[in-house]
Order: sequence, then C-alpha cells, then structure tokens
Amino acid sequence: MTYLENIGAYFLMVVEMFRKPTKWAVMKTLILKDIDDLIIGSIGIVAFISFFVGGVVTIQTALNITNPLIPQYLVGFATRQSVILEFAPTFISIIMAGKVGSFITSSIGSMRVTEQIDALEVMGINAINYLVFPKFIALMLYPFVISIAMFLGILGGMAACVYGGFTSMEDYIIGIQTEFIPFHIIYAFAKTVVFAFVLATVPSFYGYFMKGGALEVGKASTTSFVWTSVIIILLNYILTQLLLS
Amino acid sequence: MIVVENLEKSFGDTKILKGISTSFEKGKTNLIIGQSGSGKTVFLKCLLGLFTPDSGTISYDGKTYSGLSDNEKRDLRADMGMVFQGSALFDSMTIAENVMFPLRMFTKQSKSEMQDRVNVVLKRVNLPDAHQKMPSEASGGMQKRVAIARAIVNNPKYLFCDEPNSGLDPKTAIVIDNLIQEITKEYNMITMINSHDMNSVMEIGEKIIFLRNGIKEWEGSSDDVFKTDNEALTDFVYSSNLFKKVRAAQLKENN
Repeated sequence: MTYLENIGAYFLMVVEMFRKPTKWAVMKTLILKDIDDLIIGSIGIVAFISFFVGGVVTIQTALNITNPLIPQYLVGFATRQSVILEFAPTFISIIMAGKVGSFITSSIGSMRVTEQIDALEVMGINAINYLVFPKFIALMLYPFVISIAMFLGILGGMAACVYGGFTSMEDYIIGIQTEFIPFHIIYAFAKTVVFAFVLATVPSFYGYFMKGGALEVGKASTTSFVWTSVIIILLNYILTQLLLS
Repeated sequence: MIVVENLEKSFGDTKILKGISTSFEKGKTNLIIGQSGSGKTVFLKCLLGLFTPDSGTISYDGKTYSGLSDNEKRDLRADMGMVFQGSALFDSMTIAENVMFPLRMFTKQSKSEMQDRVNVVLKRVNLPDAHQKMPSEASGGMQKRVAIARAIVNNPKYLFCDEPNSGLDPKTAIVIDNLIQEITKEYNMITMINSHDMNSVMEIGEKIIFLRNGIKEWEGSSDDVFKTDNEALTDFVYSSNLFKKVRAAQLKENN
C-alpha cells in the first residue's frame, strides 16, 4: 500500500513540477546554479571513471581473446560496443544516482528539516516547481556528460590497448569503426534522457517528502540512491527490449 | 480581521484541533499559548494555509480561505509574513538576498528599488551592516531579526510567528518581542505569535488565547491572565518557580 501511495505521490509531484511556474528571472538563476552543481560538478569524476573503466574493458577483452583466428581489431569493436551501449549511459547513471541523487535528496531534505520549504509555501511559491524544475532542466544537459564518458571510455581503452601492448593503435581504430550502427547512438542518448529525468525527480521526491531530522536526511539519501538505481536498471531493461529487439 | 470558526483538524485518528473559534484584530499582537502538543503549531499552520482543516472556516478580511481560487490564495499568501521557530533562512543566500527574496518573487521593482527597501528593513531590525553575511555566520538573535525583516519586507497584512524567541537568552528574547510589537503597530498588521513563554505574554500580549488538548480553553487580555480563576491556565502560567513566587507574593498582598 505504501509503495502504491509513493508511486501516486511521485506522479503528482511530477505534474506539480510544471504548474504555477516561478518567475523567469529567479528560475534562470536557479537553473544556472543547478547546471553548475549537477553537470559541471560531475564532469571530473565521470571523466576519471570513464577513462579507467574503458581501459579495463579493453584489457579484459584482449586477455580473453586467445584464439589466433579472431582478428585483433575485435578488441576495439568490443570496447566501443560496451562503452556506447551500456557502460556510458547505464553504469555512469548509477554512479550519478550516488553523486547527484544523494546531493539532491540531502539538499532538499535539509530544506524540509529547517522549514525552508514551509517558508516557500507560506510565501505562495510552488516549492516543487521552485526546487525540482531547475534540476530537471539542468539534467537535460546530462547527454553532454554521457558523450564525454563515451569519448573518454573509448580513449581509455585505446591507451590501455596500445601502452599495454595488447593490439596496435591501427587495429584498435579499425575496431572502433567496424560495423558502426548510428542507431546505437540514438538508443544510448534516448536512454540517457530518460535516466536524466529519473535522476532529477526520484531523489527530489525522497528529499521533498521526507519527515524527521538530520538522521532521516541521511536515510532518505540512501533510500533515494537505492530506488533511483533500481528504476534505472528496470528502465534500462525495458528500453533495451523496446528499442533494440 | 481574521475570523476563525469551529476549526477542526485531525491526523489519522488523533484529533488535534477540536472546534476552535476566535478572531484577531488589526494592529494587535495576539499570543497563542499552551503546552507543547496543545495544537498551537497546527492551529498556526491552518491559519497559514499549510494544513487544510477538516472542518470550520478561516476568513481574512471577509474572504473565506477555502472559497478562494488558487490565484486568490497565492495573492493572499503574498500578504502573509512568517517568522519560523528556526528562522528558516535560505542558507544558500546572503542575509540581503534572503530579505530581498519576497520582493524578487512578487514585485516588479528594479534592483535598486529592492536594494533600498532591503536597506530600510534591515536598518529597522537593527542590522544595518549585515547584508553580505551568510545565515550560518549570524547568531540566533540576528537570524530571528533577519527572519522578521524578510517577513515584513513586502508590507504584509498578517504576520505569523512560531515561537520567535525560543533558544534565545532572556534579554535578546525581550528585544525580539518588542521589535515584533513595534512593527505590528508601525505596519498596522494582524500579528499572531505562538509561544509558551510567559515573559512574552507579559511584555507584548494584547490578546491571549490559551489552547489545551486542541480546545480553546481561555481567551482574554494579558492583564486577565493573572486574574483568571481558570485552573488549567493558572497551572500553566504559574508552572515556573519564579511565577509561583510572584503568585504567592500577590496572594499574600491581597490577603
């Protein structure tokens, strides 16, 4: 019953997010701040993880190709497919559920605990629009972060391949160009946009509707991370089934 | 004038407010007193529109809140100022930005006009040099004064204060109480203060409402508080040793 109530409250919050908009002059500032906090602030960790995980994917693929009949360029091909189809959009989104999601839940939750959300409501401001909508707009730039993750993942793979002595740079480049299907990029970015929506709204829901004090803010952040990850994994399965099969 | 008629509010099976009726007049400082859990905060939040009552009506200058459209409710809320127990200042903004916030949201004033108004109200609450401080850098008393400045910056008709002097030392608490009373007269507002501080009752209470277990147990002036024979109120008022001694002295004098 509680789950059903939560699902209902979540969708009502999503509808409320688009109602009674905040003055544009104020909203503009909030969006720019959230772009800085959520997008620009995440590029460093995303770049670091992407580069090294790309490298690990390449090394493991290369080490598992022991048959001399399998062409060496397959390492680049496998890295590209892994990074573009799954690693960048899904794996990075799970990491972002931890980084950005926890930030959103704890910042909104702290505002709830310290009555700042009540203060907004007393002033007649649609607090959901004021707090959640700028995050939603800021995270519409999330595909930009994922494109960086894709590029650096493949680059990391190339560095590991060449400097680890697994294949030549030429073979790797041939591999990443082999049988390239442009729709895979569309599929990856379609997933990314859906995950961005989840990343903006689910953690906001857990922050906005939390009750209690500082301890509950911590609990809400953990719950938010768990559910954001679960929803991303489920949606990943559904979207893959719908778009690729 | 705010008129409350037969207000009731429950949470689950627990009835918090049980048919409260009262009224609040312009230019007066009204105190809602009672023990913790007596329903003061729920009553105040119903008046603010943060909680929807189960039954009963609240009218603001003749307009019944439940009968207003969303836009009318929004306009009405722009006429309300609120000082929260914990100040509720936006911690990502400076003190000046906090005070300017209602102006940015509800007026079309230019930045310099808003700045001038912020200067006036910050000066009024005796914080002329605190503009660039963050709320975390301000003391409890300063934060309360900033909260008052933010509440009055848009010239509200109604000012609500939830335990405005809780957590403050007695001297600062009196300063805050007096500031609220002065501002009430100056702006000719209807001010409602939730409190369980008897000093506030004596200092600024013009009309006192005593709530007990969600019922309006007693209503009167601050002078009447000390003459009442209402047992529950007497128990509440004379619960501290200081007041017990004052009461004993009074009774001795009368005899």
